[in-house]
Amino acid sequence: MAALEELEHAYAAAQADPAFHARLDSLLRDYAGRPTPLYFAERLTEELGGAKIYLKREDLLHTGAHKINNCLGQGLLAQRMGKHRIIAETGAGQHGVATATVCALLGMECVVYMGEEDMRRQELNVYRMRLLGAEVRGVSSGSKTLKDAINEAMRDWVTNVRTTHYLLGSVLGAHPYPMMVRDFHRVIGKEARQQIQEKEGRLPTAIIACVGGGSNAIGAFYEFIPDANVRLIGVEAGGRGKKLGEHAARFEGGVPGVLQGTYSYVLQDEDGQIALTHSVSAGLDYASIGPEHAALHDSGRAEYVSASDDAALAATVKLARTEGILPALESAHAVAECIHVAPKLGRHEILIINLSGRGDKDMGILSRELKLKGA
Amino acid sequence: MPIQFASKPGLVAYLTAGDPDLKTTGAIAVAAIDAGADVIELGVPFSDPLADGPVIQRASERALKHGTKLVDVLALAKELRAARPNAGLVIFSYFNPILRYGLEKFCAAAAEAGVDGVLVTDMIVEEAGEYLACLERHMLAPIFLAAPTSPDARLERIAAASKGFVYAISRVGITGTQQSLAADAEGLVKRLRRYTKLPIAVGFGVSNAEHLAAVGEFADAAVVGSALVVTIERSEPAEAPSSIARFIQGLRAPAMQVL
Repeated sequence: MAALEELEHAYAAAQADPAFHARLDSLLRDYAGRPTPLYFAERLTEELGGAKIYLKREDLLHTGAHKINNCLGQGLLAQRMGKHRIIAETGAGQHGVATATVCALLGMECVVYMGEEDMRRQELNVYRMRLLGAEVRGVSSGSKTLKDAINEAMRDWVTNVRTTHYLLGSVLGAHPYPMMVRDFHRVIGKEARQQIQEKEGRLPTAIIACVGGGSNAIGAFYEFIPDANVRLIGVEAGGRGKKLGEHAARFEGGVPGVLQGTYSYVLQDEDGQIALTHSVSAGLDYASIGPEHAALHDSGRAEYVSASDDAALAATVKLARTEGILPALESAHAVAECIHVAPKLGRHEILIINLSGRGDKDMGILSRELKLKGA
Repeated sequence: MPIQFASKPGLVAYLTAGDPDLKTTGAIAVAAIDAGADVIELGVPFSDPLADGPVIQRASERALKHGTKLVDVLALAKELRAARPNAGLVIFSYFNPILRYGLEKFCAAAAEAGVDGVLVTDMIVEEAGEYLACLERHMLAPIFLAAPTSPDARLERIAAASKGFVYAISRVGITGTQQSLAADAEGLVKRLRRYTKLPIAVGFGVSNAEHLAAVGEFADAAVVGSALVVTIERSEPAEAPSSIARFIQGLRAPAMQVL
């Protein structure tokens, strides 16, 4: 608790400090590559024959996903707090890679916890993290995925709390993390809102993003929350079936519960034990969801749907072949929902997909999965 | 009835319920009480025990593997209460199993079983309003964890909300045995003492007779957990109660061990 309070105060002080923002903005621009383009996907739009589709190209950022936004922010914050050892959890490895990158940039020690199942699925990212100088510690407990990596990172943090900053990678965990991580990703929606007005002179019909913990989605949604006519659509991992353990669709299959310091929707059994989850994308494979998404769900402001493994794989191929853009399997869930909904909308409607990451890391999975499905 | 420590220092014994099985946990608890444990903490196994080290993680996994549920732990508590009416009895859990079962239903069942207190590791005093009210209605003692990193204002709040005893964590980190007790513990107990007249029990890493004697110098009681759980892990189920009895008797006889 003391560490969370220390973090909350340090974060508030940084937020009020123009020098902090100047440093962060300059790194986001010159190092990470912001602003990211809002790209009109003309061929995909034609092919689907409905709404105009724009892609917010977070996949073009340094390290290949939106995760770098938050890592730069928290990295600078840790520096201000005088903490030189950084720990992080990672699922798909994108947050781990971004953390390892920022630690290399800022000269900090870096330990990344990763479930052994995810290490197997995302081998390339494990190598990238090690190349960047991070120590990757495999986690063999529980489902050996993101949830277990967070458990282990939290155990490390409470043990080494005096010297260590826990660079949590999603809008999860105890306050101030969900707020802070959201704030560092708000730039996505801020840019997109301005860009779409410049290009189209109006706001989109909907903005679509995949939701694991929910960091890219909340970043994309947040600026649009007051725009009541803009639909906010979060896409969860539908996995390979509706049965508990076969998916990570928290709003369909979960009930309110407490996991890792957060009260939100949680996939669990009747005894309150946390359920195993499945998704073809490691980054969406998590039993709970950021609490702010739970609030947006309950208030009805945002809608949450799910896309199956197969739909995400098909969407990956579709985007690759119509636009020459290979999305991360996580982001492909948002593309899948777009493929589902765009044809039902008129040509005057506009959809923005937050393309949160690129698919280079998924080559191993794609070659295995798509071969099976004859693509 | 209020939790009492008959011996000095008092001894709180943590057991993961259902490891190796519920019946054996019951026999172990009785053996522990008869060997000198003042309070039994019955741990509810949880899939994601993030405050626990590898020893208790493994015990939880074993207990869950054969389907130990919160209701089973409550039934075990009731049997223990009947078998040993004077021992202190605390339910130790993560919050989610209780939340899923229903907080009110849990408190009623625990009180009915004769449980004295409840310790929920991931329940922080800052968010505990509803929880505290429910425990109070059922006359259950809330027990909170106080850490060496907790500032004085927080210790005061923890002390004010606690009944039964206050659980002082000997060091920052997770549960598990260690070679020597951290110097953090004594300072924490001294700070806590300013805010409470309740007994203060020191836990996390207390694993041998020297530790118990050392804790006795500055605190009222010690909590022994992982050291017991690892003894159970290494024993045949039939032998586990006598192994635990011997272990606890050994904790109580530091002079003899030193010789």
